[in-house]
Amino acid sequence: MSVRIYVPIDSSALSLGAEAVARAIRHEAAVRDLAVDIVRNGSRGLFWLEPLVEVDTPQGRIAYGPMQAEDVRGLFDAGFLQGAEHSLCHGPTDRIPFLAGQERLTFARVGITDPLSLDDYLAHGGFDGLKRAIAMAPAEVVKEVTDSGLRGRGGAAFPTGIKWKTVHDTPAAQKYVACNADEGDSGTFSDRMLMEGDPYCLIEGMAIAGLAVGATQGYIYVRSEYPHAFRTLQAAVERARAAGWLGASVAGCGRAFDIDVRLGAGAYICGEETSMLESLEGKRGVVRAKPPLPAVSGLFGQPTVINNVMSLASVPVILARGAAFYRDYGLGRSRGTLPFQLAGNLRHTGLVEKAFGVTLRELLEDYGGGSFSGKPLRTAQVGGPLGAYVPASQFDVALDYEQYAAMGAMVGHGGIVAFDDTVDMAKMARHAMAFCVEESCGKCTPCRIGSVRGVEVIDRIIAGEERGRNIALLNSLCDTMLAGSLCAMGGMTPYPVQSALKHFPEDFGIDKTAAA
Amino acid sequence: MTKETPSAAGLAALIDARRELPGATLPMLHAIQDAYGYVPDEALPMIASALNLSRAEVQGVVSFYHHFRRTPPGRHIVQVCRAESCLAMGAEELEAQVKAKLGVDFHQTTTDGAVTLEPVYCLGNCACSPAMRVDDDILGRMNGRRFDTVLHALRQTEGASA
Ligand SMILES: Cc1cc2nc3c(=O)[nH]c(=O)nc-3n(C[C@H](O)[C@H](O)[C@H](O)COP(=O)(O)O)c2cc1C
Ligand code: SF4
Ligand code: FES
Repeated sequence: MSVRIYVPIDSSALSLGAEAVARAIRHEAAVRDLAVDIVRNGSRGLFWLEPLVEVDTPQGRIAYGPMQAEDVRGLFDAGFLQGAEHSLCHGPTDRIPFLAGQERLTFARVGITDPLSLDDYLAHGGFDGLKRAIAMAPAEVVKEVTDSGLRGRGGAAFPTGIKWKTVHDTPAAQKYVACNADEGDSGTFSDRMLMEGDPYCLIEGMAIAGLAVGATQGYIYVRSEYPHAFRTLQAAVERARAAGWLGASVAGCGRAFDIDVRLGAGAYICGEETSMLESLEGKRGVVRAKPPLPAVSGLFGQPTVINNVMSLASVPVILARGAAFYRDYGLGRSRGTLPFQLAGNLRHTGLVEKAFGVTLRELLEDYGGGSFSGKPLRTAQVGGPLGAYVPASQFDVALDYEQYAAMGAMVGHGGIVAFDDTVDMAKMARHAMAFCVEESCGKCTPCRIGSVRGVEVIDRIIAGEERGRNIALLNSLCDTMLAGSLCAMGGMTPYPVQSALKHFPEDFGIDKTAAA
Repeated sequence: MTKETPSAAGLAALIDARRELPGATLPMLHAIQDAYGYVPDEALPMIASALNLSRAEVQGVVSFYHHFRRTPPGRHIVQVCRAESCLAMGAEELEAQVKAKLGVDFHQTTTDGAVTLEPVYCLGNCACSPAMRVDDDILGRMNGRRFDTVLHALRQTEGASA
């Protein structure tokens, strides 16, 4: 009987040599005349252990990592096919503390199954949500999503069910579902992991959205920086279509829904929903003024549901287990779970799906294991390049949309980038402004011109020229950007800039007591 | 990754195959850049007439997106991530080393035509920072020494195919 071995095909695992590991295992097994069945799974999200290889044993899946091709021979010698002890062995994967403490709803299958196997997907509860949605009236499906409390995971946290209801209630001959898979935020990779590790989950979520609002065509807009995710999605859409889960009659229900996977072209602003629509229409990604809302007049002028990958991929479990099941996780108005992404200077980087309410300190210290460098952690940027820098004094605030907003920060897409005490916060503030210069769509002056001025002013502050005057100037520039920008690109660049200035004035050459 | 030289017939075939797609501009530009490594001048009026746009409109689209190149790049594209997570893990030092080893700055190509160097903002490999991309391969936990190995392998495959 052949032994089943899992070697991830996730692009981060590949970036650390997973392909060579798979080859070495195949080779070594052949040399020893042992039968192995290598499954290329997604990643479990324990990236400090990648490439993380698992062996299926009577005791469950046993984890070995980080594994390099040159370790393979020794592992065979040690008997890793039987799950034997070894310096790289971590015992049963499910019992590794980083995983054992998580609440994986959206990521339930990622890393466990073969991403492109429909049999695997079905064997792990796949399409249960879609089957239930097919048996329900569209308005009931919308209500179920509303009742779950799901809010958009792309950044703005708008209630998903309410958005769907607008599209449902707007009559039109053609409606669309547009999945925002632009994931431009630095420090985030949950969309990528899910698209590479469980693409049918996204497809199922989009099909449910399509049936609920009466849309027959879906688009997935994937950033060009994600070549693996793009290819995996294309293959998954083809297989789902061939098996009847997409097409003229979804799962034989008589209603149509299909998906086309499109590639972005390296523009951060195309993650902003109306810019993404322009791009899908073949134009420059210039932001549209609202109203009209995309839910009323979106892609090609038609009612369009626009949702982030995580929002759509959370829908199948909501439909399969019911709104109440999902809603029971979380606190206040932040319901359900969020797949947090731990990045930057941490010992244990990776994906941690937890109910809202977990604190940054738990994530950085208990899960993240503290800094990679061994130096004290000084700050973490939460919510991507437009998110605030949170100082250590605020690490105990619960991660919840409202509590973060109250302290001038945002949870956003759940990316967390940790920095040790060698970081220069004036440099990071300059970086945020320079990023805005680079990525502004150019439509409004506060963003286009303000960011250029912002970089100049920060340079003068760093150079020590008329500090007091230039800091006042920077703050007033930030106020203008905040108030006068059409979208959050110009409107939120002040978050990282001003949080850096407020919490770390010493890095800008100002006395801490004088800055307040 | 040696690319073909653009030809009018080749361009026409790539454009024609996508003419009926809704919002066909980006799919056309991607197909052209995938085939030739860049978007040649002669493609613009062809796309314009296929989609009933002005040449200036197509030009405007191409120039809006960082991904599209207007001149032939080197045989390989090397990108270094400059975004926050990678900065927290030494991306600046990596960038300096890569530039020194290649002897070029961003948006330049090595004199032997082998490598074009570009900046990138996040590759979704932030859990393995600092990150780079070489053609379609994403690389993680990079440093000068690991980059030497990668360069060496690139040069060997070049030697083998030449
Ligand atoms: C500059 C900018 C960049 C954005 N980037 C993304 C992105 O990469 N992915 C995403 O899903 N939403 C992004 N958004 C948010 C979208 O505009 C939109 O709110 C979201 O796609 C809606 O989906 P959701 O309700 O499921 O979150 C961005 C917004 C702005 C202003
Ligand atoms: S804020 Fe910046 S990115 Fe947003 S619409 Fe205005 S110019 Fe464009
Ligand atoms: S910040 Fe460099 S890969 Fe994400």
